[in-house]
Amino acid sequence: MKKYLTGAAALVAAAALVPTAPAFAQPKTITLCWAAWDPANALVELSKDFTAKSGVGMKFEFVPWPNFADRMLNELNSKGKLCDLMIGDSQWIGGAAENSHYVKLNDFFAKEGIKMDDFMPATVLGYSEWPKGTPNCWALPAMGDALGWTYRKDWFARPDIQADFKKKYGRDLAVPKTLAELTEIAQFFQGREIDGKKVYGAAIFTERGSEGITMGVSNFLYPYGFKYQDPKKPYSMAGFVNSADAVKGLEAYKALFKCCTPPGYTDAYMQEGLDAFKSGQVALQMNWFAFFPGLYKDPKVGGEHIGFFVNPPQKEHGSQLGGQGISVVSYSPNKAEALAYIKWFAQPDVQKKWWALGGYSAHKAVLNDPGFAKTAPFASDFLTAMGEVVDFWAEPSYAQLLLAEQKRIHDYVVADKGTAKEALDALIKDWQKVFKDDGKLN
Amino acid sequence: MTEITPVPSLADRLAAASPDWVARRANGLSDRSIAWLFIAPTIVLLLAINIFPLIWTIHLSFTNYRANRPNAPLKSVGLDHYQSILSDPDIWSAMQATAHFVVWTIVLQTLLGFALAWLIDRKFRGHALWTTIILIPMMLSPAVVGNFWRFLYQPQIGLFNYLVSFISGVPPSSFEMIGSVQLAPWSIILVDTWMWTPYVALIILAGLRSIPDYIYEAAEVDRASKWRQFWSITLPMVLPFIMLAVLFRGIENFKMFDMVNLLTSGGPGSTTEVASITLKREAFEKWRTGFSSAFAIILFVTVFGLANIYVKALNRVRQR
Repeated sequence: MKKYLTGAAALVAAAALVPTAPAFAQPKTITLCWAAWDPANALVELSKDFTAKSGVGMKFEFVPWPNFADRMLNELNSKGKLCDLMIGDSQWIGGAAENSHYVKLNDFFAKEGIKMDDFMPATVLGYSEWPKGTPNCWALPAMGDALGWTYRKDWFARPDIQADFKKKYGRDLAVPKTLAELTEIAQFFQGREIDGKKVYGAAIFTERGSEGITMGVSNFLYPYGFKYQDPKKPYSMAGFVNSADAVKGLEAYKALFKCCTPPGYTDAYMQEGLDAFKSGQVALQMNWFAFFPGLYKDPKVGGEHIGFFVNPPQKEHGSQLGGQGISVVSYSPNKAEALAYIKWFAQPDVQKKWWALGGYSAHKAVLNDPGFAKTAPFASDFLTAMGEVVDFWAEPSYAQLLLAEQKRIHDYVVADKGTAKEALDALIKDWQKVFKDDGKLN
Repeated sequence: MTEITPVPSLADRLAAASPDWVARRANGLSDRSIAWLFIAPTIVLLLAINIFPLIWTIHLSFTNYRANRPNAPLKSVGLDHYQSILSDPDIWSAMQATAHFVVWTIVLQTLLGFALAWLIDRKFRGHALWTTIILIPMMLSPAVVGNFWRFLYQPQIGLFNYLVSFISGVPPSSFEMIGSVQLAPWSIILVDTWMWTPYVALIILAGLRSIPDYIYEAAEVDRASKWRQFWSITLPMVLPFIMLAVLFRGIENFKMFDMVNLLTSGGPGSTTEVASITLKREAFEKWRTGFSSAFAIILFVTVFGLANIYVKALNRVRQR
């Protein structure tokens, strides 16, 4: 018996000492999180090259826009490990930097020779830097974007419509030079019958739940003269947010909404705009440049049927900044691979392919190429728009600031509550409260 | 003389059925201790998932805590959050929207639910099939119902607008159910009523079927009219069931979120922003955790207080 026991003990000891058989080396996989939209599909295609070159597999977590911020900010706030790379919205940068959700990239950029000077300045300021205007980089500009407009070029070209328009407004029907002209064009098309079908003026952003109406109204507020704050006195908003010009801008947006949108257009954002335009319902559509490659390829309304233009000026130029930078999530267990992806993505050749596939590169090697403007019918407009973009607050409390604007603007524009001045006055009070809570205002 | 065999105690029986080492320990325990031992896991679970979060929420409601800024210093703010909630006109407007929604859904669902239950209680041709059809809405997911009705309310292609147009002659795209300040609250009430009236009907049906036939037979003998039978027999005997249905729907609708979120997101403007939507925005979009904890506590106390008063009234009715 003793012999058996000794034998068994020896076996156990041997089993404990023998190292476990090495598992087959699994190729590393990293997860990139972004919104579910056209450019995300282009990035999936592009990323195949990274996998082929590095052997690192790519997984993607794409969330529809209306839920994107909720889902991803929850992920970051809970220190989740789902995302190794995050293509987060420009306004998140303050919160993500101050709460250490993103890895600071300055040392990495210096080590790998990645220069922010190689990227369009507006995108560096908008997507990478926090605090703004300081050389602290938390992201690489990944997807340049701004708000622009599409129009039915084929309808504009019809002699009968041209004649009608000239008779009514005394000028040719063409791409609007001001927001006032844009509203007139929308009015002209509203309720008009084209090819036996009733059409409407414009599809604009009116969405209440996430960021829609704020992203829309900004394109009227900026050109009319709205400013977020006194440039000489940060966080001082009286007379800037609610200036007489800003009030006019807000009234103009409401006028466009009331006169010229399709029925039931009270909670519409990007997708609703695309649906309205693609189904031939509207003459004009406000939307992000990111969707323009897809629209141009559309068999029904693309090609010769569609035209593009930059958000028209009024008192001055101004378009809402869209787009995102790519960041490494601090809680990722695969930071080395995620950084390798950013290094690969920053290369000029990769950026050129990114643009060719339908993504909007912010790299000067792409944008400053003499032939760039001719690469797509909206390419030169994109460059113009990116030269005049303004972004929403990128403060750590951006969500509170955004929700306040969503409420005040929707209350005024859609729900007819109060006047434009009252809405903007209330907005200042809301924003002051947020900044006071943050200790940025006394 | 009959010998009485002593009944073994719970501890003895447990010891007999248990392994030796367990038995030795159990033998030393009283029945009361064993009982505590049995309910301990439930109590621990209850404390962990109900009581602790409640106490923690109360604690957070007195602080400036923000879940998205875990590194920020935690400061006590006393009753500030409670004070600002109770004096915030936007919060009161959300409470008004909630009250409007709760009151009207309860009124409509009770009336229609009673009528449906009355109908189902009668035997008629195809009775079983119609009962099943009537019950379908409450079996659907609120997410499905919300999206489904959003399409139905669409002014250009929605069937609801076409139906109204067919009946009234008004052009279908001339009115917007969820985009109009006047109609949006009613559009949600309508959907909730469509979905939950069958549930109320089911509860009332149980009440109707619990009334013994002999009471009606006695009333017939006394030559009581049908109307008199309804007021003197049916309604008083069904009343506790109606009150129970009202309690369930009241609590449920006070915290209504999903359907409102899907149909209107609280809009147009803040017209349909019920308390739960405001709470979600404060807690998970603005990340004002301390503030939203205070708001949650106020809502909890309101529902708990009202429900308690109501249950007392219900008991009084049942005792009658």
